[in-house]
Amino acid sequence: MKPAPFDYAAPTSLDEAVELLAANEGESKVLAGGQSLMPLLNMRLARPGLLVDLARIPGLDYVREENGAVVIGAMARQRALERFAPAATLAPLLAASLEHVAHPQNRNQGTVCGSLAHADPAAELPAVALTLDATFRVVGPNGSREVAAKDFFVTYLTTVLESSEILAEVRFPAQAPRTGWAFDEVARRHGDFAMCGVSTTVTLDASGACRDARVVLFGVGATPIAPRAPSRR
Amino acid sequence: MIAKRSISLTVNGVRYEATVEPRLTLVDLLRNELGLTGTHVGCEHGVCGACTVLISGKAVRSCILLAVQADGADITTVEGLSPSGQLHPIQQAFQEQHGLQCGFCTPGFLLSVKELLADHPDPTDEQIKETLGGNICRCTGYQSIFAAVKCAARKLADPAAGALATGVAQVG
Ligand SMILES: Cc1cc2nc3c(=O)[nH]c(=O)nc-3n(C[C@H](O)[C@H](O)[C@H](O)COP(=O)(O)OP(=O)(O)OC[C@H]3O[C@@H](n4cnc5c(N)ncnc54)[C@H](O)[C@@H]3O)c2cc1C
Ligand code: FES
Ligand code: FES
Repeated sequence: MKPAPFDYAAPTSLDEAVELLAANEGESKVLAGGQSLMPLLNMRLARPGLLVDLARIPGLDYVREENGAVVIGAMARQRALERFAPAATLAPLLAASLEHVAHPQNRNQGTVCGSLAHADPAAELPAVALTLDATFRVVGPNGSREVAAKDFFVTYLTTVLESSEILAEVRFPAQAPRTGWAFDEVARRHGDFAMCGVSTTVTLDASGACRDARVVLFGVGATPIAPRAPSRR
Repeated sequence: MIAKRSISLTVNGVRYEATVEPRLTLVDLLRNELGLTGTHVGCEHGVCGACTVLISGKAVRSCILLAVQADGADITTVEGLSPSGQLHPIQQAFQEQHGLQCGFCTPGFLLSVKELLADHPDPTDEQIKETLGGNICRCTGYQSIFAAVKCAARKLADPAAGALATGVAQVG
C-alpha cells in the first residue's frame, strides 16, 4: 500500500462537504480527479487524515454556456470541456490550451477546477484563467464568494482558498470580438508539465486600434505572471 | 484504526464485492485482491500508463484512483478485451505489427487504443499520437505500435481487409 492511512468521505451535497472539511480543519483535503493529489499521496508527500471526495455530489459535473460565458462545475473533467464544442468559438484560447494539459488518459479523470485549485506554477489552465479574466465561485463555512482570477493565485501550489473552502465553479467569459490569441509552451515531451509557456490575446476596436493586449507567462514564477500591459508607442 | 469500506464494482462483466482500506488503489485491488494481474504497475504516479483500464469506456490510470472511488464502476481490464483464448482485433494487430517486445506496457496501450478507436474509428495520425503519448514503451520505439493502431482500425472497420495487412511492418 503506497499512501499513508487516511479516512475517506463521499458527501452527497456541497454543504455536507464543507462541514466535513471544517470539522476536520487542517487534516482534510478535497479529492476531485486525483491526478495531482494521488501521486502526492502515493509518494507520501502529502498525508491528510481525511479525503473528502466531491465525485458523489450530484450536479457538479456540468460544462455549459451562460450569457456567452463557459461555465464549469467543480467535478467537470478536463475531457468534458474538450468535448464541449461551443468552447472553441466562445473561448478558443481555453479550448486550445487543453491538449497541453497532461494526456487524454489523465484528462478523462482530472477536473478543470482541480487544476485551478492545485495551482501548479507550470499548469496551463491557471494562465488561461488569468488571461481571460475568469471568475471563481468559492463556497465555504461562511457561504459563497466570487474571486477574480487576478486575486486567486497566491504562490506555488497556493490559492486564496481556505482549507475548508471548495472551488464550486469557474466562469470563463467569451473572448471579445476582434480578439486574436495564441497559446504555446515548451515541454520535454508533449503532455508533460511545461518548462515555460505563454498565453496571449490582442483585442482591436472597430477602427482596428488595439484596445487590449495581454501576455501571461507560466512556469517562470510562483504563479502565472502578467507583465504590465505593453505600453503604446 | 480506520474503518474499511464495502464496495462493489463490475470488472469485465463480473460483479465483485470487496472490503477495502480507503488508501487501497484500484490497481492493487485488481491485482492483489481480485487476481487480475494483466493490469501492470510501473511508475505508480500516473505517468507511464502501464496501469490503464477503462471505466465506462474511458481510459484512466488505475494507480492514481482509489478503489473506493471506483465503487459502483464498470471496469474493463486487458483480461476483458476478448473471451478467453481469443485475441481482440487490437491484440491481433499488435501481434502482427510487432507492437510489443517485452510486453510490460502492452495492456495499458491496448486499453488506451480501445478508447481511441471507439471514439474515432478512423483516427488521424495526430489523434493516434495524442493517445499513444499517454503510455510509455521502453522497447519498441513506438513506430510499430503506431502501425498496429492503423492496422487495428482497418481490422475493426472490415475484418477481411485487416487481414491483408498481416506481416507488413509499416513505419508511420
Ligand atoms: C502524468 C501527469 C501529467 C500531468 N501533466 C500536466 C500538465 O502538463 N499540465 C497541468 O496543468 N497538469 C498536469 N497534470 C495534473 C492534472 O492536470 C490534474 O488533473 C490537475 O492538476 C488536478 O485536477 P484533479 O481534478 O485531478 O485534482 P486532484 O488531484 O483531485 O486535486 C488537486 C488539488 O486540488 C485540490 N482541489 C481539487 N478540486 C478542488 C476544488 N473543487 N475545490 C478546492 N480544492 C480542490 C485538492 O485538495 C488537491 O490539493 C498532470 C498529471 C499527471 C498524472
Ligand atoms: S503505473 Fe499507473 S501510470 Fe504508471
Ligand atoms: S514492449 Fe517493453 S515496454 Fe513496451
